[in-house]
Amino acid sequence: MEPVLEVNGLRVEYRGDGRTVVGADGVSFSIGSGEIFGLAGESGCGKSTIANAVTRLLKPPADITAGSIRFQGRDVLALDARELRAFRWREIAMVFQSAMNSLNPVLTIGEQIVDIFTTHERMRKRAARERAGELLQLVGIDPGRLKAYPHQLSGGMRQRVVIAMAVALKPRLLIMDEPTTALDVVVQQEIMAQIRDLQRELGFSILFITHDMSLMIELSDRMGVMYGGRIVELADAKDLFAGPLHPYTEALMNAFPPLTGPRQELTGLFDAPRTADSCGFHVGCPEDRSDCSMNIPDLREITPGRWVARSKARSSEGASR
Amino acid sequence: MRLILRNLGFYLLAFWASITLNFVLPRFMPGDPVSRMFAQAQGTMQPDQIAQLRKLFGLDNRPLWEQYVSYVKSVFTGDLGISISRFPTPVSDVIGSQIGWTLLLGGVALVIAAVLGNLLGIVAAWRRGGVLDSAFPPLLIFVGSFPYFWLAMGALYLFGVSLGWFPMRHAYDVGLTPGFNGEFLSNVATHLVLPALTIVLVSIGGWMLGMRNTMIATAAEDYITMAEAKGLSPSRIMFRYAARNALLPSVTNFGMALGFVVGGALLTEVVFAYPGIGYQLLIAVQGLDYPLMQGIFLTITAAVLIANFLVDLVYVRLDPRVRVR
Amino acid sequence: MTAIDIATATTPTAPVSIPRRRGLLRQLTDSKKALTGLTLLALFALLALLAPVLAPGDPSFINSTGSQAPSAAHWLGTTAKGQDVLALTLWGARSSLFVGFTVGLVATAVAIVVGLAAAYFGRVVDDALTLVTNIFLLLPGLPLLIILAAFLPPGTSTVIMVLVVTGWAGSARVLRAQAKSIRGKDFVAAAVVTGERPLRVMFREILPNMASVVMTTLLGCVIFGIGAQAGLEFLGLGDSSVVSWGTNLYWASNDGALMTGAWWAFVPSGLCIALVAFALALVNYAVDEITNPRLRNRRARRERRG
Repeated sequence: MEPVLEVNGLRVEYRGDGRTVVGADGVSFSIGSGEIFGLAGESGCGKSTIANAVTRLLKPPADITAGSIRFQGRDVLALDARELRAFRWREIAMVFQSAMNSLNPVLTIGEQIVDIFTTHERMRKRAARERAGELLQLVGIDPGRLKAYPHQLSGGMRQRVVIAMAVALKPRLLIMDEPTTALDVVVQQEIMAQIRDLQRELGFSILFITHDMSLMIELSDRMGVMYGGRIVELADAKDLFAGPLHPYTEALMNAFPPLTGPRQELTGLFDAPRTADSCGFHVGCPEDRSDCSMNIPDLREITPGRWVARSKARSSEGASR
Repeated sequence: MRLILRNLGFYLLAFWASITLNFVLPRFMPGDPVSRMFAQAQGTMQPDQIAQLRKLFGLDNRPLWEQYVSYVKSVFTGDLGISISRFPTPVSDVIGSQIGWTLLLGGVALVIAAVLGNLLGIVAAWRRGGVLDSAFPPLLIFVGSFPYFWLAMGALYLFGVSLGWFPMRHAYDVGLTPGFNGEFLSNVATHLVLPALTIVLVSIGGWMLGMRNTMIATAAEDYITMAEAKGLSPSRIMFRYAARNALLPSVTNFGMALGFVVGGALLTEVVFAYPGIGYQLLIAVQGLDYPLMQGIFLTITAAVLIANFLVDLVYVRLDPRVRVR
Repeated sequence: MTAIDIATATTPTAPVSIPRRRGLLRQLTDSKKALTGLTLLALFALLALLAPVLAPGDPSFINSTGSQAPSAAHWLGTTAKGQDVLALTLWGARSSLFVGFTVGLVATAVAIVVGLAAAYFGRVVDDALTLVTNIFLLLPGLPLLIILAAFLPPGTSTVIMVLVVTGWAGSARVLRAQAKSIRGKDFVAAAVVTGERPLRVMFREILPNMASVVMTTLLGCVIFGIGAQAGLEFLGLGDSSVVSWGTNLYWASNDGALMTGAWWAFVPSGLCIALVAFALALVNYAVDEITNPRLRNRRARRERRG
């Protein structure tokens, strides 16, 4: 079956005052129909960049300099302005991180949901309002709150409104960029449950972005781990959790130590910016760095479905960790 | 609601401050004001005028506190004293006859400058790097650097004296009787063109730049990105999402801009001998007509405060976040 | 701060950032706008200083027949009274620039004191100072100016004082806002906790971090000073015996230069005011652009925005 989203060799650069920073480099992954794909990594690893790139929401100074993005076979990068506008939200919808900021403070949430229907489906206002009410019920909010302004709702409610807006046109792919990071743990669980329910009911694929590995492992079918703008490991969620092959993945998972169990020393993550000619990744380098290309190596398929970024010298070790 | 009441209290306080200033100034003025006035009037003042002046300067022998209270009372009952230069017309009558022209000139110029300026600012910000964004701001800053009255003089010279396109003084032709007929109104309109144009040219830059900068900051907000992700049309995003929010600081600035426009209108009136209270103020100053001067100052202050209050009402209407508190 | 964090969204009232990579001065000299502005200002300052050399003698000396158009003898013509316009303009620069910059400096100084005090002491002091500031902001400037000038004896010091009184409030508000946001930062709290004296905290911790905003307000105050002084003098409320750009315009208007078509009598002085104000505004604009990178002119990176 044709993958819903296919990203190949995507490269995003940020051109600043005289220096260029690579936001994402050689990123390739695909998402199947109804599949939940998680993208994990620390702040600044490039996952939000990828999310924005897929919907072409990158703003200058960011620029897509190489690679392709195909949505159900269509070349997303080749769409013109009008096609892009029709494509957005109908095929791919996005849930942003901080719901408060992604809602227009001077319009009621009803007006903002109605906007979607009047633009994409040319509905009349009254019909659109009815649909908006139904949407709110879908996420467990009383339709009477359509007349409320964003600042009058609680954080959790706002996030649910944003999710409701995202599924309004029943898109094939939902991109969720850290949807629960700004919420407290209790609300987090509610939202996650809501997302799971909606996914089961409507059957869309999800590109789920977060730095919270534990959250993602629960939800995702497959996962990718990003570091310094590159994917360093790609595998089924269960396999990854059972045995991470890349040192960085291991370090990331260790950042959320279990409550019980033996005491372990926490490994730190080296935080250095990745520019066009420096790796910034010094976890797990062998003593002999003679073949170090200063670049995070490309992904190699170790076993079917498992990809790890390893240099040639180390790949012979196989899955021996 | 609480915001409006709090601001109202503040405006009343400001008004009280200006009344007090009016009271204090003549009484603590260095130098000898009365003899200066005698010298100016060359001894032709009537006893009533002298009595009026003595009361104004606190030279009548009432205790300071009593003078203050009676002054405040008289202001709030509309008694602003008797004009010296136009004796025995009360100050309030003099002001009343002229204020309409200033309101006309200031109002027309302000509305045109604000509306046009904001629109230009919105479009300039939306098309970053376009003609409007790169060429206009420096040009408008330059024009905005001109002193109001100098630009007025230039306009008067160019369009009035040299080209003779527009009339040069007053609000309407001498000899024409005022009335609500087409001839009079069109006459008023042609006399309004040059003065209003001057004020618009000098002030429009401020509106445009302010709106442009606010729009640029607003355009970086997350809800704009979300609106784009939703696939909404660019014009819808520009107006309903961006401009609607960027308007809020603009409205706040409107209140402050009023003070500046008053100053500009004042100077422009002087150059064009436009019969508003700005022109009147100057004549009062030259004629050392202190009661009239003070009366005009209070009137202008009151007008600015009332206008600010109205702007506050509009702001509350526009920003839902301050409404339900 | 990772390299990927570029231009994060902030509200329009976010505090101004201090450019760390290259010094503010370096960036200023790189900016075309700033360079133009600064050159213009330097030019005017030079002309003002050299006025006694370029146009020796008393400029208000009547040495020719009235209202002559520009000619070889009088490059900018003569006024209605018969004075050389060029001399008047050159000498006028001295008073106008002097008063303008003095007003700018004093008003900014007052604004700094008020802003810092309000931000540092907070609560009652802040409320009181803010109230006073807002009242001054609200009262219409020019009428207040006129009233004050009318009641006080004419003279340059009166002009300066009156202009400072009407001009400090705008800057005070901006500086207070900036000082408050810096006040809330951890290093200031640390300084206070370690017992640094209030004056030291205000002037050694908070103020240096506000440098660019102080510069912007200073430039704004100078623009205000020059323009308002000219306005006052034009209305006849300044010291009409002093030669300055404003009084030149006053006399030009009074002597009917407009009506007789003697444009050379009023164009030069007004143009000078405009150019100086424009130069200052350019430098201001440049400082704004440097400290707020979003305002910089972005060329055609819009194709990919879709």
